[in-house]
Amino acid sequence: MFSVLVSSAKSSKQNKTGSWRSLTMPKYLQTNCIACNLCKLICPEGCIEGKEKNKYDSNLQYCKGCGLCAYICPKKDIEMVNENK
Amino acid sequence: MKQFLEGSWAVAEAVKLCKPGVISAYPITPQTHIVEHLAKFVADGRINAESINVESEHSAASVVLGSQAAGVRSFTATSSQGLFLMAEVVFNIAGMRLPIMMVCANRAISAPINIWNDQQDSISLRDAGWIQLYAENNQEAIDLIIAGYKIGEMPKVMLPIMVCVDGFILTHGMETVDMPDAVAVDKFLPAYNPPFKLDVDNPMSFGLLGDPSVYTENRYSLHKTLEELLEIIPQVGSEYKSAFGRDSVRLVEKYRVHDAETVIVALGSVCGTIKDVIDDEREKGNKVGLLKIVTYRPFPKAAIYNALKNVPNISILDKNISLGSEGAVYTEVKALFNDSTKKISGFVAGLGGRDISKGTVIEMLRLTKEEVNNCKFMDLDTSLLWEEFRVS
Repeated sequence: MFSVLVSSAKSSKQNKTGSWRSLTMPKYLQTNCIACNLCKLICPEGCIEGKEKNKYDSNLQYCKGCGLCAYICPKKDIEMVNENK
Repeated sequence: MKQFLEGSWAVAEAVKLCKPGVISAYPITPQTHIVEHLAKFVADGRINAESINVESEHSAASVVLGSQAAGVRSFTATSSQGLFLMAEVVFNIAGMRLPIMMVCANRAISAPINIWNDQQDSISLRDAGWIQLYAENNQEAIDLIIAGYKIGEMPKVMLPIMVCVDGFILTHGMETVDMPDAVAVDKFLPAYNPPFKLDVDNPMSFGLLGDPSVYTENRYSLHKTLEELLEIIPQVGSEYKSAFGRDSVRLVEKYRVHDAETVIVALGSVCGTIKDVIDDEREKGNKVGLLKIVTYRPFPKAAIYNALKNVPNISILDKNISLGSEGAVYTEVKALFNDSTKKISGFVAGLGGRDISKGTVIEMLRLTKEEVNNCKFMDLDTSLLWEEFRVS
């Protein structure tokens, strides 16, 4: 007898790991962004989308709220805010 | 062909007949000779396998996990502390349903450090999800390896197999063995063709996160497969018998159990000594017998129950001890008869290489008839026991 054992490739997107987030989530202010791309590069989930200035945002279906994007942003253009507000 | 071989050599020859593609192990006494022989076979071109050197048993187990996941029949061997260092990977191998063959040359565990034989190492990993088969002699070790690969690799099974051979007693003992013919083994054991494997053309992931929504089902499926093996192992055993003429692959062996009043239950090489005692006692008119457990995982409850249901006195010999409880086999056999009026005694003997003599077995039979003994240590030297700390 077998159960869920192996997964086919590119199937991890089915796990909406954003539900693991607790307390804080990133808020992209989109005002002083210089499109340096650092937030996208440091994100451990690879869930930040955007190419142009002031167009970056995090996909909250996968974001775990670690806060690394807010920490690395040189323009302080990302804030970690209370999830419940 | 009959050959006079050291046990480790016989094991290596049997593995060679099964044609693994990857062999990886780290040397540890008393397993070392097995991989030494295999490494020489690889170096001499007698086997078309890759022998991968590693820096630890954890790495050895990880190497064979990877190679087996890639669809290559693999082999490893270890003992004692080496098995414990592998432990994390051992559980993973079963959970990932990779039918790896491991020979465990049974050895005591530290501390104090001891290189000699008992069965504490493999018994401690009985819950890992592996099939565990115990050999009484080197011939059985050969047979269990060849049949074990076949059992584990069946598409409905896909589980790893640990063939346990008593360290030194078997691994370093010279015995005549009937080595199966290579053509016959090829016919009995087809090439490994797993239903799933790592493949760049058809990518998939193994050993992923199993969250609470799927984990229970994974454990259940492992457990169910092991239960199904209680029917599969005797089937493969009879196939093996018709191919090679030996009835080694089985759940239990009943030795003069019919009409016996006292039966000893044991695993592994000590069964040879016990059989000698039983023959002697039977000549004197004493109705005694032996139930040898070959398949310890899955635990053959029905086979043991049926063999012992009419036996009034049962004596269980454990070469292991679940410290603070009792011998592991004793616990499990006793649990089958928890409503009965049988006298069921448990004995711990042969730890760390202490000989189990005929005298030990005779004393066990005497004690079993007399009263119920729970976790009685045999051949205990009380002059070595002190109530207060002393430096020896």
